[in-house]
Amino acid sequence: MTTTTPQVPSVKQLRSPKGRLTFLRPAAGFAAAAVALFAVAPLALSDFRLGLLAKYLCTAMVAVGICLAWGRGGLLTLGQGVFFGLGGYAMAMHLKIADAGPGQVPDFMQLYGTATELPWWWRPFANPVFALAATVLLPMAVAAILGSFVFRRRVKGAYFAILSQALAAAFAIWLVGQQATTGGTNGLTDIQGFFGYDLDDPVNQRMVYFVIATVLLLLIALARQLIHSRYGELLVAVRDSEERVRFLGYNPANVKLVAYVVAAGMAGLAGALFVPAVGIISPALIGIVPSIELVIGAAVGGRASLVGAVLGAIAVAWARTALSEEFPAAWTYFQGLLFIVALAFLPGGLASLVGIVRRRRASRAPEGEAA
Amino acid sequence: MTDPTTTEPRTDTGLSGLEIRGLRVAFDGFTAVDGVDLDVGPGDLRFLIGPNGAGKTTLVDAVTGLVKAEGSVRFGGEDILGRSVHRIARSGIGRTFQTATVFEELTVLQNLDIAAGAGRGTLTMLRRRKGVPESVARALETVGLTDLAGSLAGTLAHGRKQWLEIGMLLVQDVRLLLLDEPVAGMSHDERQATGELLRRISRERTVVVIEHDMDFMRSFARSVSVLHAGKVLSEGTVTEVQADPKVQEVYLGHAATEGTTTGVPRPTAAQEA
Repeated sequence: MTTTTPQVPSVKQLRSPKGRLTFLRPAAGFAAAAVALFAVAPLALSDFRLGLLAKYLCTAMVAVGICLAWGRGGLLTLGQGVFFGLGGYAMAMHLKIADAGPGQVPDFMQLYGTATELPWWWRPFANPVFALAATVLLPMAVAAILGSFVFRRRVKGAYFAILSQALAAAFAIWLVGQQATTGGTNGLTDIQGFFGYDLDDPVNQRMVYFVIATVLLLLIALARQLIHSRYGELLVAVRDSEERVRFLGYNPANVKLVAYVVAAGMAGLAGALFVPAVGIISPALIGIVPSIELVIGAAVGGRASLVGAVLGAIAVAWARTALSEEFPAAWTYFQGLLFIVALAFLPGGLASLVGIVRRRRASRAPEGEAA
Repeated sequence: MTDPTTTEPRTDTGLSGLEIRGLRVAFDGFTAVDGVDLDVGPGDLRFLIGPNGAGKTTLVDAVTGLVKAEGSVRFGGEDILGRSVHRIARSGIGRTFQTATVFEELTVLQNLDIAAGAGRGTLTMLRRRKGVPESVARALETVGLTDLAGSLAGTLAHGRKQWLEIGMLLVQDVRLLLLDEPVAGMSHDERQATGELLRRISRERTVVVIEHDMDFMRSFARSVSVLHAGKVLSEGTVTEVQADPKVQEVYLGHAATEGTTTGVPRPTAAQEA
């Protein structure tokens, strides 16, 4: 090994033969997504439909995180509703305080008649900067504490999934129990303003939509960078063979923790933006069932592929609205079926169809065409 | 995620020896390793042989922190027993497994790049890999996988996976390689190439090989330790060990009288496809 002079293979040699094309593709993808989100959708959709799309895009933000944590890191995060909820409640608390006006307490607190002043843990959320930061940092902090405990103890696979799901249930139940300070089952509802803008005004609703679309694209770009970085490669290695990674001198717990915390931050941001888009956050939106729904979208679209997970999340959220309008009772069954079919027959989701088709074509090509 | 004190790859591949004293590993009353004393000198190419259940793999597991053990394991002047797996790896000990464990969904290049990177800082980790690090290029050359750098590791033939694993240990820059049956399931030519590769590696690093293949052992071992029932039965050069009546009794004599062409069939050979 000392006698041979190392021949460093050039980067080009090690890339796929279509190196230049693959470099252009993501840029084209982002441009197409931007056109669709910023030009086509606002022109083609009514205010009502655009509002629904804003809601779906929030789901897609969670899916971006799920793609990272589950698709790339192998962490089946069945409890993303917790982080979505933390972000959502942090935002909604601030907006409720702002709606109530100085010196007043939010309407539901007056209604239940117990509180004449804000509970101590509400007070910091009166500060908009604190509230905004909390929408992201609070979920990340909770994920960091939980994750470091769970991953160091090598809890994985189904146990991790069950644990995160139990957390979602516990959080939702706790919220319901604290009616005087959290609004209980109703949640925080009837939110009027968003940092001084009246949310009843369709123009402002559109603005919220644009904010959401922008944030989604930014999160996709961030996740893309992470996935293609050295960290992203290491994350896949941890997913596929955690023990081997340990023997290479890494602590896999830290590698997983990063993905989990980032995914939690994304879910928190999604929850925060969901509030102005829909005007409500409640335990029913963050418990076990919605947490599973968030994962189903990513599973159907393709959990390991960003595009697949995002489109899958949007499609499943849309299908839920469309189908539950027509057949309210059947949706849950349909959803469960979708999840099973996707995981059993197409574990890579719809996104993997592209690869399958391409490989088929590639294997046929040598026979079919000579040039 | 990374320890800042080890950001730079080690440049001094100073040779270090392994010194094991009174090593005991017990699982639920069964003692797999029963008071092993073992010295592997710096730059040795030591073969660990012994019948199935002799405790060879368990010994390696104990040294690399995978199973709990009593006694002492000193490497490069430090007592490493009781440290966590990744810390032992960082102190310069690397290993392979009986069945090649590479990251199948990543390319050969990515596998090696990850192996090279345990000391990387956060910023480097968050950036893309640009080009091929020099140590990776050298390892690709050494293990003969340069042409396959872009292939998925999962598509490699069995022998090449083992080479990739050895390459990963090289870029990891370990000073002690513990290889668990590296030539199992390889063709004759591949065994020969692997043996020569190990010989070259052991000029700069210490190599310990667990092996069942007696021909391979005879061709390449610089020294041999025979394990039997959790204890070191015999130690020395190939000739010395082969001449030891105790060894002939439990193991070597039996294998040595059997045909010398293909070696002993192993259960692992059936696992690969």
